Amino acid sequence: MVRLAVEELVHVYPSNSVRALDGVSLAFGEGERVALIGQNGSGKTTLVRHLNGLLRPTAGRVLIDGGDVAHRSVARLARVVGLVFQDPDRQIFAGSVRAEVEFGPRNLGVSRRDLDAQVSEALAAVGLQSEAKTNPYDLGASRRKLLTLASVLAMCTPILVLDEPTTGQDARGVERVRDVVRNAAAAGRTVITVSHDMPFVAENFERVVVMREGRVILDGPPAEVFAQAAWSELASTHVHPPLPAVIGDRLGLGTTPTDDDLLRAFRRRGEHSAA
Amino acid sequence: MLELRNVSYRYAGATRASLREVSLQLHDGEVMGLVGASEAGKTTTCLVASGLAPRAVGGRMLGALLVDGVDVTNEPMHVLAGSIGIAFQSPATQLSGVAATVYEEVAFGAMNLGMPRTEVIARTESALDALRIASLAEREPSRLSGGQMQLVALAGLLAMGPRHLLLDEPTAQLDPVGTRLVADAIQRLAAAGTSILVAEQKTDLLRDLASRVVAIHAGRVALEGPAVEVLADPRLVELGVAAPAAARLERLARERGLDPAPLLEAARS
Repeated sequence: MVRLAVEELVHVYPSNSVRALDGVSLAFGEGERVALIGQNGSGKTTLVRHLNGLLRPTAGRVLIDGGDVAHRSVARLARVVGLVFQDPDRQIFAGSVRAEVEFGPRNLGVSRRDLDAQVSEALAAVGLQSEAKTNPYDLGASRRKLLTLASVLAMCTPILVLDEPTTGQDARGVERVRDVVRNAAAAGRTVITVSHDMPFVAENFERVVVMREGRVILDGPPAEVFAQAAWSELASTHVHPPLPAVIGDRLGLGTTPTDDDLLRAFRRRGEHSAA
Repeated sequence: MLELRNVSYRYAGATRASLREVSLQLHDGEVMGLVGASEAGKTTTCLVASGLAPRAVGGRMLGALLVDGVDVTNEPMHVLAGSIGIAFQSPATQLSGVAATVYEEVAFGAMNLGMPRTEVIARTESALDALRIASLAEREPSRLSGGQMQLVALAGLLAMGPRHLLLDEPTAQLDPVGTRLVADAIQRLAAAGTSILVAEQKTDLLRDLASRVVAIHAGRVALEGPAVEVLADPRLVELGVAAPAAARLERLARERGLDPAPLLEAARS
């Protein structure tokens, strides 16, 4: 079922007349995991800022559950679309980790009992349950970023938008983000990410939308978007396919965007030739 | 050479030390990678090596900081600022915010060291050239891309004439194009004799840049050696560090009883 759609979306920034979006049409389903990729300035962040009303279209429409959101306030959209920014320090302001995470759902009018449960669950999802009383600025940059993710998770929005969620994360942090993405989608939430982290994209998103100069140039599963036939298009927006896709192609194993895809294809061929 | 000798450091108000008996030697013209999980002590190492901790940050340090064998542990910041520079991950927050053009931004630090005007001009122009951003000289710093801002921040450091640079996740906020710009700049600066310590999560980048890598865990040096060896060390994973893509693939192949050699060969070609 289509949860969220943009139709012929155009955005021209008034300050510099840059046409950041130039006719983008996309539909996102319930429980779908979608990654938006492409070089900086290709329109990814401009696009996601339309989804919760932070930016309004110059032309075209944003539809949630079939309804045009043009006249819905950012506050109303906040119930539906949760957006985690790339830079945590633009978002954090409370004096404790727990207060920071409580702010969103409290403002949505969540009852006390539900509030505690939602906040605890969100903190546990990012591994911050033991830091509830800590001042956010006593956390390192990567845990501050996980905190902003928890703050948005706690609002239990049906749509979750993550702008560069893995930057600055160590291996454990990337695993936590991966689990959040997978669990949210399994619960029926639509997860949209903007990312330059190709292994993360290939391993965790079933659909990849490639943007260049405000337009969508490729849209499909990782096995299609990272296929050799698409490499010149990817290069035109400064995207390098993940290493296993490159190796798979060189060894004639087909399109293998993840380590797992590659190793399975490699094993199959090994057994085949041995037999 | 920049050296930490047996350094322990505790932030003001902290109950535990953030660094414990850390010894590092950063040689002239060398790029050394610093890896570790979040909050393992990478930023603290950069702060202590730059002199900002404890001088500006507070806290308590034991052990010694040496520049070319001279103990500078008790020297004030303005003495160190001419020879050691530090850059942080967020390109926007480390610009002065008071300069209208990139040229003035790059000149800002050198001017504050009290150099004569002609010297400031010469250093500014040479720094802009070294980072290949002379074409940006008249631009407004706040309107640059993240990668360009990071190069401006590096140029500003360079104009102060440091022989040692500490870069704390300089590419964390950058896209692949910006990351490449900064990586190229690091290589050129090292080739010109600057010693550079780069804290990074991107181990693939360090494999290309660094000759040696130090892994830090819970404030202690856990692994140290040639970059190729440390980055391929299976213990990296236990330290919470993501291995380079090729090393990860090799480990997974072995775990599944597959011969990784053909895969690694294809990765190199």
